[in-house]
Amino acid sequence: MHPRMTFATAGRVLRQLLHDPRTIGLMFVVPSVLLGLLAWMYSGTSQLFDEIGASLLGIFPFVIMFLITSITTLRERTSGTLERLLTMPTAKLDILLGYALTFGFIAALQSLVVSLLAVHAYGLHVAGPEWFLVLVAVVDALLGTTLGLFVSAFATTEFQAVQFLPALIFPQFLLCGLLVPVAKLPRVLHDIANCLPLTYAVNAMQRVSVETKLSVAAYHDILVVLAFAVAAVLLGAATLRRQTK
Amino acid sequence: MHDAILAERLRVVRGGKMILDDLSFGIEPGKLTGLIGPSGAGKTTLIRAIVGAQKITAGKLIILGEPAGSKNLRPKVGYVTQEPAVYGDLTTRQNLLYFAAILGKGRVEVNHVIKRVDLQDQSSQLVNSLSGGQRARVSLGVALLSDARILVLDEPTVGLDPLLREHLWALFRDLARNGRTLLISSHVMDEAEKCDDLLLLRDGRILSFSTRHELLHKTQTRSVEAAFLKLVEDKA
Repeated sequence: MHPRMTFATAGRVLRQLLHDPRTIGLMFVVPSVLLGLLAWMYSGTSQLFDEIGASLLGIFPFVIMFLITSITTLRERTSGTLERLLTMPTAKLDILLGYALTFGFIAALQSLVVSLLAVHAYGLHVAGPEWFLVLVAVVDALLGTTLGLFVSAFATTEFQAVQFLPALIFPQFLLCGLLVPVAKLPRVLHDIANCLPLTYAVNAMQRVSVETKLSVAAYHDILVVLAFAVAAVLLGAATLRRQTK
Repeated sequence: MHDAILAERLRVVRGGKMILDDLSFGIEPGKLTGLIGPSGAGKTTLIRAIVGAQKITAGKLIILGEPAGSKNLRPKVGYVTQEPAVYGDLTTRQNLLYFAAILGKGRVEVNHVIKRVDLQDQSSQLVNSLSGGQRARVSLGVALLSDARILVLDEPTVGLDPLLREHLWALFRDLARNGRTLLISSHVMDEAEKCDDLLLLRDGRILSFSTRHELLHKTQTRSVEAAFLKLVEDKA
C-alpha cells in the first residue's frame, strides 16, 4: 500500500464526482425528501415516526451509497482504466481505499445532512444522544459504500450491478427487524438475520431512539457494522484480479 | 545481450480456445517492432500477456529477465490499450495528473507530455468531449509519463489523421532511438513499413519474424502487405 497512490485515487474520484453536480445533488436531495415524506405520512402519529424514522435514517443512505458505488466501480472495470492501473505499480488496496475514502466522505456528509434535517426540521425525536444517531447513519452509509465496492466485482454489466440491489439489499431490509422484530422471526430466519449487517445497523438505530443512556449493546452493534464494512473492502481487494485466466 | 521480450513456445488458451499457439521470438532492446496481423490474430492477447494482464497457459514469456506479470516489471512496462483507457469525466490534464501521481511524476512531466501528444488546446477539456483521436492521444500520453523501458501499444494510431500519424510515428522512432523498446500492434500494413522488425501474426501463430528488409527479400515482394499475402498463400 502507498498513501500517495491512495490519496491520488481518492482525489481523482472526488474530481470525477465534482464534474457531475447532478449526481451529487441527487445524493443529498433524495434521502432528504424520502424522510420528509415519511414524516408527513406519520404526521398524525408522531410516536410511530420516532420509532421507524430512525431506522430508515440508517437505511436510506446505505442503499443509495451501495448503488452509486457499485455502478461507479463497475464503470472503472469496464472502461479499461482498472486494467491499466493494475499493470502499474499500484496496490489493489490503493484503488479500493481511494474509492472508500471519497465515497465514505460523501456518505458522511450525506448522513450528517439527512440526520440533522430529520431531527431539526422533521421533528424526529430520539431518547438517546443525537451524535450517536448521526454516527450510526454515517457508519451505515460507509457499509453501503464498501458493499457496493465488493459486489461490483461480480457484475460485468450495469444491468447486473443494479440487480444486486434487490438481490442483496432487499432480503436484508426484510429481515433487519423493521417489519417484524428479529426476535419474533422463525428460528432459521432469526439466525440468518443475525448474520446480516443491516440487522445490526437497524438495531443500533432502534436503541438510540429508545435508550436515554446508551447500553453497551448499542456500541457493540455499531462495531459489528464497521467490521462488516472493513471486511467488504478486504474481500473486494481479494476479488480484484491482475490477470485474466 | 538479453532480449527485452523473449517468448519460448508461448501458448495461451482461453475458454478452451487456442488463442496463441507455440510462439517463440525474441525482441532486442531499443528496437521498434511492429506486431502486424488481421483482427482476431491474437495481437491483443499477446500484448496483454506481455504486460501481465493475461495468464499464459504454457511456455515462457520473459520480460527484461523476469517472467511476465512480475511485480518488479510494473514500473518498467508501459501499456496503451486499444480502447483509450482514460477517465471520460475528467479533463485531459486531470487524467494525466492522476496517472502521474501513481507513477511518481509531477506537473513538469505532465506539461511535457501534453506538448508531446499535441493537446495543449484541449488540456482543460473533458475527455468525453474530445474526438476519438484526441482521446487516444490522452491515453498514449499516460504511457509516455512513465520511464518504462518497454512500451507496448495496441493499435495506437487507429482513426488518426495522416499528419498526426506521421507525427506519432516520428515520436515512436525517437523513443526507440533513446533506448526504449517498443512493440506496436497494427492491422494497417502500411504502418509496418515504419518499423525495424516485424512480427507477423495470423490465427495465433507466427507467420514471420524478421527485419522488414529480410521479409521483403525473402518473399521477393515490395510491400509488407504483399509479403503477408505471399506468406499466407505459401502456407495454404
